[in-house]
Amino acid sequence: MIELALKKIGAQTRKMENPPSILSYYSIVGPKEGEGPLKDYFDLILEDDLWGQESWEKAESKIQEECVRYAIDKGGLSSENIDYLIAGDLINQITPSSYSARQLSIPYYGIFGACSTMTQSLSLGAMLIDGGFADYIACAVSSHFSTAERQFRFPLEYGNQRKMSAQWTVTGAGTTILSSTGNGPYVKYITTGKIIDPGITDSANMGSAMAPSAIDTLVNHFQDTGLDPSYYDLILSGDLGYVGKDILMDLMKKKGYDLSKNYTDCGVEIFDKFEQDTHAGGSGCACSAVVYNGYVFKEMAKGKYNRVLLMSTGALHSTMSTQQGESIPGIAHAVSIENTKE
Amino acid sequence: MDKFNKKDYKKYSDKKVPNPPYLKNMIMAFLVGGIFCTLGQIITNILKSNGLDNEMAAAGTSISMVLIGALLTGLGLYDKIGKVGGAGAAVPITGFANSIVAPAMEYKREGFIFGVAAKMFTVAGPVLVYGIGGSVIVGLITLLLR
Repeated sequence: MIELALKKIGAQTRKMENPPSILSYYSIVGPKEGEGPLKDYFDLILEDDLWGQESWEKAESKIQEECVRYAIDKGGLSSENIDYLIAGDLINQITPSSYSARQLSIPYYGIFGACSTMTQSLSLGAMLIDGGFADYIACAVSSHFSTAERQFRFPLEYGNQRKMSAQWTVTGAGTTILSSTGNGPYVKYITTGKIIDPGITDSANMGSAMAPSAIDTLVNHFQDTGLDPSYYDLILSGDLGYVGKDILMDLMKKKGYDLSKNYTDCGVEIFDKFEQDTHAGGSGCACSAVVYNGYVFKEMAKGKYNRVLLMSTGALHSTMSTQQGESIPGIAHAVSIENTKE
Repeated sequence: MDKFNKKDYKKYSDKKVPNPPYLKNMIMAFLVGGIFCTLGQIITNILKSNGLDNEMAAAGTSISMVLIGALLTGLGLYDKIGKVGGAGAAVPITGFANSIVAPAMEYKREGFIFGVAAKMFTVAGPVLVYGIGGSVIVGLITLLLR
């Protein structure tokens, strides 16, 4: 066995030697998210989720593109300064991201991690910077209720009832600009998840499908780093929703990890399930992205949180795999962010 | 996943999903379905009182209800009715109209041939195939038993 990877600690975790700094961040959400409990945190709330475009797909692409532009602006940079754009979304062959990248003309890696894409992008971006390959990286994702709904479920005008375990795809985009220098907050650890497939075949029950992979990533993170859940001021999962959150807390407790004080899920926080009728909560790439870039980083700047663990969760199925009766593979990637470098 | 197998996990996770409000859903399905059926009956009565025989009145009623379903879909109302009414909105012929008009509207961006025309029956197609297929089988059995 060759062991030359010095930043490797434990099986799945890497420790940043020179922790990349979060230079700027931006979040755009649709009208429904803009009426939710976190409405005061988002940078831009759209009045119309078509945003003047002729298709939902074009609208999603524009949302992602504008979000990246605003984030770059906010960091006092221009797009020529950005070494890499690492972006993804939910739509077939991630065209919304590629069309956004076409306009931005930044060297681009398109990635797919379903709803886990935000922390996947942050992980890859942090490693590229710490590896000395880049000074500035834009990590971006988007999702749109209407593009996801028509791809994965039913036409919008079709009159049906959603299952109680079904989640509501968040319309929006989030961008984080990572930098090799800066005053923080810093990316300290990344824990890359393994695919865990608990055998769930119902695509309207993604919380159950993703919870075991989230548990696996969390346990590995704590084992690799030797940290305890109480080390973090906030542990956030991406879009497990009410069902997945409940499963995660329950099974983590059985494994001896108490998450009752500092853990929640972005899908649970982004909507008011009683007022907004979103059943099991929010989902989509943007669900975790807008909560991180809207709420978490702003509250870290204010000092409410100093150490957070972000873990976006993904259900890596397609409409075809679901129709063929295949079960849903789950994934979760964790990224720890701290206000201090040491 | 070390502690239990996939079957046990499914059972365990199913328990974490809250039950839908069955009673409320049933009452709403009854009311919404009832309203559509009453509307159909009113149309039948009007057609009959204008001199149409039973068969013609039934055909006229179906056509009118399909128009109402399509119109409500086009106005963006049927999905809201369906959300409240559930099966009460899906089972009447207005729901059938909705299931065809909704994808036709949705896929207009993909063009009239590969979008509207090709996708129009994505929801209703299986109903048509097995509905018509079933009626053929029942027809054949009836013929043989005579």
